[in-house]
Amino acid sequence: MKGQSLATMVRLFTGAQARWSGCGPETRQRVYFANHTSNLDFVLLWAALPRHLRARTRPIAAHDYWTAAPHRQFLAEKIFRAVLIERKNVTRSNNPLHHMLAALDAQDSLIIFPEGGRNAEGNVGEFKSGIYHLAKERRSVEFVPVWIDNLSRVLPKGEILPLPLLCSVTFGAPLVLQEAENKAAFLDRARNAVMSLGGRHDE
Amino acid sequence: MHFDRSVFILFGSVAGLLTIATIIGWLLRLRITSEGSGKVIDNLNARIRAWWWMVVIFLTALSLGRHVVTILFALLSFLSLREFVTLSPTARGDHRALTWAFFIILPAQYWLVYTPWYGMFAIFVPVYAFLFLPIRQALAGETKHFLMRTAVVQWALMICVYCLSHAPALLMLQFATGRHGIDDGALLLFFLVAVVELSDVLQYVWGKLFGRHKIAPILSPSKTWEGFLGGVLSASAVGAALWWITPFAWWQAGLLALIATLLGFCGGLVMSAIKRDRGVKDWGALIEGHGGILDRLDSLCFAAPVFFHLTRYFFTA
Repeated sequence: MKGQSLATMVRLFTGAQARWSGCGPETRQRVYFANHTSNLDFVLLWAALPRHLRARTRPIAAHDYWTAAPHRQFLAEKIFRAVLIERKNVTRSNNPLHHMLAALDAQDSLIIFPEGGRNAEGNVGEFKSGIYHLAKERRSVEFVPVWIDNLSRVLPKGEILPLPLLCSVTFGAPLVLQEAENKAAFLDRARNAVMSLGGRHDE
Repeated sequence: MHFDRSVFILFGSVAGLLTIATIIGWLLRLRITSEGSGKVIDNLNARIRAWWWMVVIFLTALSLGRHVVTILFALLSFLSLREFVTLSPTARGDHRALTWAFFIILPAQYWLVYTPWYGMFAIFVPVYAFLFLPIRQALAGETKHFLMRTAVVQWALMICVYCLSHAPALLMLQFATGRHGIDDGALLLFFLVAVVELSDVLQYVWGKLFGRHKIAPILSPSKTWEGFLGGVLSASAVGAALWWITPFAWWQAGLLALIATLLGFCGGLVMSAIKRDRGVKDWGALIEGHGGILDRLDSLCFAAPVFFHLTRYFFTA
């Protein structure tokens, strides 16, 4: 209920439109992976999903940031149902991959940002290898590339008040790890899929 | 708005016009021959459907009085400003200045319209916001393309907030020769919006039916001399025929309608130039068939301030 009103608010504020260009909003288990330019990225992607998908989709977020204050923890746990992972001091027991695989095994979909950190608008950094390991471990899951446009202008790094600018969220055609595909090839293909949705290419 | 016979005649005529347009749209849909013309007709019908919504919203606000009209136009300014800034090149250093524009300056301007405080309403954006915003941007310490960036913020505010706020500002005018007492302003706002928007629609209709000679092929390939002359002249004629809801004589109503529609046409050209530069066809996708809010309001933004001041100078007590 609270989640629904928050999603509606985010959509009104940013005029966010979901463009399903490579797949539809189907109830399949998916990993949505997107470009990362703003702290609000996963909120916007999550809000752009239709309600029935949103209820089964969990964003991956940084444990240290989202447990630092009570209101953040409330949002992360109760509203977004985020999967909180360690960014630093990763050990065998708190390996982020295990948490993500556990969420997938509970039949939830995931939202991930394979670049790891935020990049300036228009640039897409190299993908970390986590997405490849997920794809290798769970071959039946669809990997859907997503381009989030303009959000970095809504809330640039270091700003507190968001600007009401129009944003869009474009969903592309799902990727599946090929039999003979190695890590570098898959990461490259995934990154290109995101970039081409945004009309970006490496020089 | 005080409901008397004239208001029912006006609202009834608008509903009648839209009903006729809707029926024509259906008939055209029935006898579509080719793929290409189907697209044009579908777009036409989407436009007519959207017109029903826009007319209902506008007339409801007008009936509910000054508060609601002011809030409606403040909201329209907000949506226009959002479309304008979204398509404009701004930088990190403009964030705080833009926050001011959206959340402080815009509401303040409409508060001045509502109060009403004419003296401050007229200079708030062109004097105070004009000087304050570049100061805020300079303090942010980003100098690259500074003049261009600050001009973008000024322009966005002038067009989307300042110019548009002159439409509801008509409600603050008190006329010497009032026929309807307190409602003169509301009827005048109806007059302005009806004439300007009708001119847009009639330019489209005349252009689609008889358009041959392009008037500004680089700015707007769909605008033709036939559409321009037909639309502007027929809308001005309707304006003259509406003299009885205004404080004007029939020829004055016609002349002011002509000025408003000419400015509206030029406003469309200027805003097209900006769109071409940004490489887009429409300002947004909020209104089905029409594009964005600004695609519908561009002509009103240019017509409203001049219409307001001419009316205020020549006709108020």
